[in-house]
Amino acid sequence: MFFVTVCCALLVLGMGLGLFIKAWPILAIKPLAEILFSEIWHPLKGEFGMFPFITGTLWVTGIAIIIATPISLLTAIYLSEYAPKRMLEFSRPFIDLLAGIPSVIYGVWGILIIVPLVKNHIAPLFGYISSGYSVLSAGIVLSIMIFPVIIHITVEVFQTVPRELREASLALGATRWQTVKHVLLRKALPGIAEANVLGFSRAFGETMAVLMVAGNMVKTPSSVFDAGYPLPALIANNYGEMLSIPLYDSALLLAALVLFIVVIFFNVLSRYILHRINLRIN
Amino acid sequence: MRKKFSAKRLEELLFSVLMKASAVIVFGSLFVIIGTIIARGIGSMNLDMITKTPEGGYYLGKEGGVLNAIIGSFILTIAATVLALLISLPVVLYINIFKGKGSRLAVVIRMSLDFLWGIPSIVYGAFGFTIMMFFGITASLLAGIITVTLFILPIMARAMDEVISMVPHDLLEASYSLGATKYETAFKVATRQALSGIVSAALIAFGRGIGDAASVLFTAGFSDRIPLSLLQPAATLPLAIFFQLGTPFPEVQERAYASAFILTVLILIISILARFLTSRHKRNIIQ
Repeated sequence: MFFVTVCCALLVLGMGLGLFIKAWPILAIKPLAEILFSEIWHPLKGEFGMFPFITGTLWVTGIAIIIATPISLLTAIYLSEYAPKRMLEFSRPFIDLLAGIPSVIYGVWGILIIVPLVKNHIAPLFGYISSGYSVLSAGIVLSIMIFPVIIHITVEVFQTVPRELREASLALGATRWQTVKHVLLRKALPGIAEANVLGFSRAFGETMAVLMVAGNMVKTPSSVFDAGYPLPALIANNYGEMLSIPLYDSALLLAALVLFIVVIFFNVLSRYILHRINLRIN
Repeated sequence: MRKKFSAKRLEELLFSVLMKASAVIVFGSLFVIIGTIIARGIGSMNLDMITKTPEGGYYLGKEGGVLNAIIGSFILTIAATVLALLISLPVVLYINIFKGKGSRLAVVIRMSLDFLWGIPSIVYGAFGFTIMMFFGITASLLAGIITVTLFILPIMARAMDEVISMVPHDLLEASYSLGATKYETAFKVATRQALSGIVSAALIAFGRGIGDAASVLFTAGFSDRIPLSLLQPAATLPLAIFFQLGTPFPEVQERAYASAFILTVLILIISILARFLTSRHKRNIIQ
């Protein structure tokens, strides 16, 4: 049992190491900065510039966070502070279900609803012509996928804020919203930040849904209505041919390693934030 | 004074409306997603979809169904769930019963599980691929099972850890005082006490495993036949949806919607089952 347990802990290191070893051939001959910041992606010519994919990922994830943060936060405040207790309990299974829907289903739904919506209504509204397969569509679908992550943690953080604090504020004549704004949000801020960091890292690595709606064009997007090509989609789309071109597999596994490192980094960051809260409480 | 009062009320009203609107968006999107998939898929559903494997020219719109993917998904995910259960149960019992909830090892394991939980499934897929290359096997049921096991392991172990760490300390003390060893206490007392939670953790992990496409994309491959050995490639339902939707033929795309319908119904059944089991077994637990 001890052995299995230790193996479990070493799995993280094993994954990092395995990906690193496989990514090494390309790292050995090209400087990391060139791979990360070059815009030229021509696997056949041995050019592996990942910049378009990195910006694609950042666009998509950024849009998702911009949409998801206010909506999830307001929903969490509503469920935790305004709605009757029964409603919070009643809503939990639905939030879990939203988290449990497979990403490929989100992708199908994105193609059926969000892509036509962006193509026919949102893009023309701003005077753009778009196929609908765009970073905006991917961002919208992703934002729905991370709602449950953010709401779940935020509600939990709100529940840990002592009741007396709210009562003291209300007794001073503050309205409910003022109490939320000045007491609850201030007290729960690190927890809210943690929830959003986890939501961000979730969105960062999401593959299938993004692959299906982002359009997948190797070009740095210049507007939200342009197609993008996020890193996870790059890995998923090219697995078939990666063994036939030299260094291609190495480049794709480097992309996986980048995702791995970024997600671990955000996880450590959120842990650090949580650690700070615990320090403050004690 | 009067002006401030109304500004305060106005702000309250504004945010109250915004909050309700946000909640409507969140829960509305859940219903719209499930509603759209069901409404779109049910029209394309027929018995062939779930009773036949793809026949010649299926991806051009000819006869057949996705039985290969349904069976493939079930075999793959059931095997992965059993394997993950065999790994995560000892780990969770070890850190909670043998070492104690607050021990340094427990903290380290929880932290690694959190890290693993956050790693995207595509990275598991890529890692599974490197393992595959290391052992020299091609995309197969076996490679898919290994990858999905690793992917759902943290999901299952975390959910299980939550219920096992809730087992009352008195119960364990009572077991020790009767002369039971730690081993007996862990496997006969704590496991039984937390059984409903363990089953629902396994179901949650099963649900995540069966719905994930990115981890099996490189590793399980795809095949129009039902896999007969561990070394044959296996089709999975999410990938079947993805590939069928990717064809230019409307008839095949219709089948992608029908497959999405099947997958959604499966996920709904699993989550209702998990919830039902949890609430049902709660009655038999010693508080």
